[in-house]
Amino acid sequence: MNLDISFGQYCEGKSVLHRMDPRAKIIASVLYIIVVFLAKNLWSFGLLLLSAAVLILASGISPKIILKGMKALTFIIIFTSVINIFWMKGETLLFSLGFVSVYLEGILNAIMIALRIIVLLIGTSVFMTYTTTPIALTDGLEQLLAPLKKLHLPVHEFSMMMTIALRFIPTLIEETQKIMNAQKARGADFASGSLMKRAKTLIPILVPLFISAFRRAEELATAMECRCYTGGDGRTRMNVLHASPKDVVLCILLVLLGMVVIFTNGLGGYSLSW
Amino acid sequence: MAQVELQNISFIYGAGEPYEIRALDNISLTIGGSTVTGIMGHTGSGKSTLVQLLNGLLKPTEGKVILDGKDIWEDPKKIRDVRFKVGLVMQYPEYQLFDETVRDDIAFGPRNMGMSPDEVNARVLEAAQFAGLKEALLDKSPFDLSGGQKRRAALAGVIAMRPELLVLDEPAAGLDPGGREEILNSIREYQKISGTSVIIVSHSMEDMALYCDRVIVMEAGRVFMDGTCAEVFSRYDELISVGLDVPQITYVASELKKYGLDIGRDVYTVKYATAKILEKVRGDNA
Repeated sequence: MNLDISFGQYCEGKSVLHRMDPRAKIIASVLYIIVVFLAKNLWSFGLLLLSAAVLILASGISPKIILKGMKALTFIIIFTSVINIFWMKGETLLFSLGFVSVYLEGILNAIMIALRIIVLLIGTSVFMTYTTTPIALTDGLEQLLAPLKKLHLPVHEFSMMMTIALRFIPTLIEETQKIMNAQKARGADFASGSLMKRAKTLIPILVPLFISAFRRAEELATAMECRCYTGGDGRTRMNVLHASPKDVVLCILLVLLGMVVIFTNGLGGYSLSW
Repeated sequence: MAQVELQNISFIYGAGEPYEIRALDNISLTIGGSTVTGIMGHTGSGKSTLVQLLNGLLKPTEGKVILDGKDIWEDPKKIRDVRFKVGLVMQYPEYQLFDETVRDDIAFGPRNMGMSPDEVNARVLEAAQFAGLKEALLDKSPFDLSGGQKRRAALAGVIAMRPELLVLDEPAAGLDPGGREEILNSIREYQKISGTSVIIVSHSMEDMALYCDRVIVMEAGRVFMDGTCAEVFSRYDELISVGLDVPQITYVASELKKYGLDIGRDVYTVKYATAKILEKVRGDNA
């Protein structure tokens, strides 16, 4: 079993994007998602690819790392676009095998859907996970959602839960690996046998894993209480977020990108149906 | 009595990635026979990696692991058989306990080996006895045991497979001095009775000095020293130079030498030092 998840991990750096306000980056991600879904024809997608390349350059993260991170998602990308090839009905029939007909429009559609997913992944991961620490991210989210506190929504508690959950993902992965190794050393076999049998082999992993997760949770709660944590009310922060002009510029740039995409959509060529 | 031979072993974590780490660098060793071998070294010196190569949890990047004359990776499908022969007790093994009763938990290994219920039962009782677990505890939940008892239950779970080579990674870590001594004595006792080869990984020089016949010192992924306790600890100045400790009594002996009482460099147990000092003092008086 491979537990390597480099996709969505923070990569240290000193680029412009790293230094930006997390709130701006969250807003930018949302804008970017909207822009990606606005794009309808190959011109627009060309523009999006260009913007993704610019983003990677601006983040200073090696494209190798980003490509490696996307590897795990190759299957989803290929699967969604292949389904599109066979499902789309169009005007230009290329060939048909029995009940399966492949149209030129289907292929164009498939290419654009694949591009859409790829650009979406690059954009959001570069803005949020690769260049923003999980703590900064949840901090930013908490402040963006702060108006909801007026509606008595537990915004602080929610973001604290998210911080803790993110913090413990690597720890739990490491723990799982250790427990798996310990059970393998006693002859546990995770790779063969029927589905029922394999499900059963998970018990020796899940039981110790849950127990240690509960133990950790309790220890963490005690440690937080020892430091007088009682929730978000009246808590001051060590890192106060400051929005700077470049954060505003980033958001404006994205709005402009959206406008240009709407313009290029009108340039003609095959247009994506949804 | 098994013998493991490591031939030119190198191990790299994340080979080919920007953050690759060479944990072991061209190591050749033969471990086994009816002895207790100690492996010591700093955190990050490659001890735990080495130990996980012995039972095939990790596959060496370069080199071969030969168990009883056969390369263990010759047929990767049979790697499970290697794990029954080389029993590994991991660090803090009490966190691997999972079954409803201690008895069932100890039986996990033997059941995986495909033994009949009678055989399994016999193995469980035998292993519990070796590990110093009272029979009354066997029907309790492993989560109701004390820390020391949990550690013993986990140890019994590996002994129950009757491995030819028993490897223990920091078996006494986190136990109080009494618990330490008890569990290490159980291991030593088990080695004497069963004739199994035992490998103990430890930070504690005192434990090494008391319980091991041979000591291997690792440093930065290489074998730094390899010899009997007397040989290794007599080179205490080199050990200290790489930031490792030596038994307290070795320090005492080296200080005594400065004051003119030379009892030799190979002092590493209090018992031996006492005898030597008495011999010296009486000899001088005579």
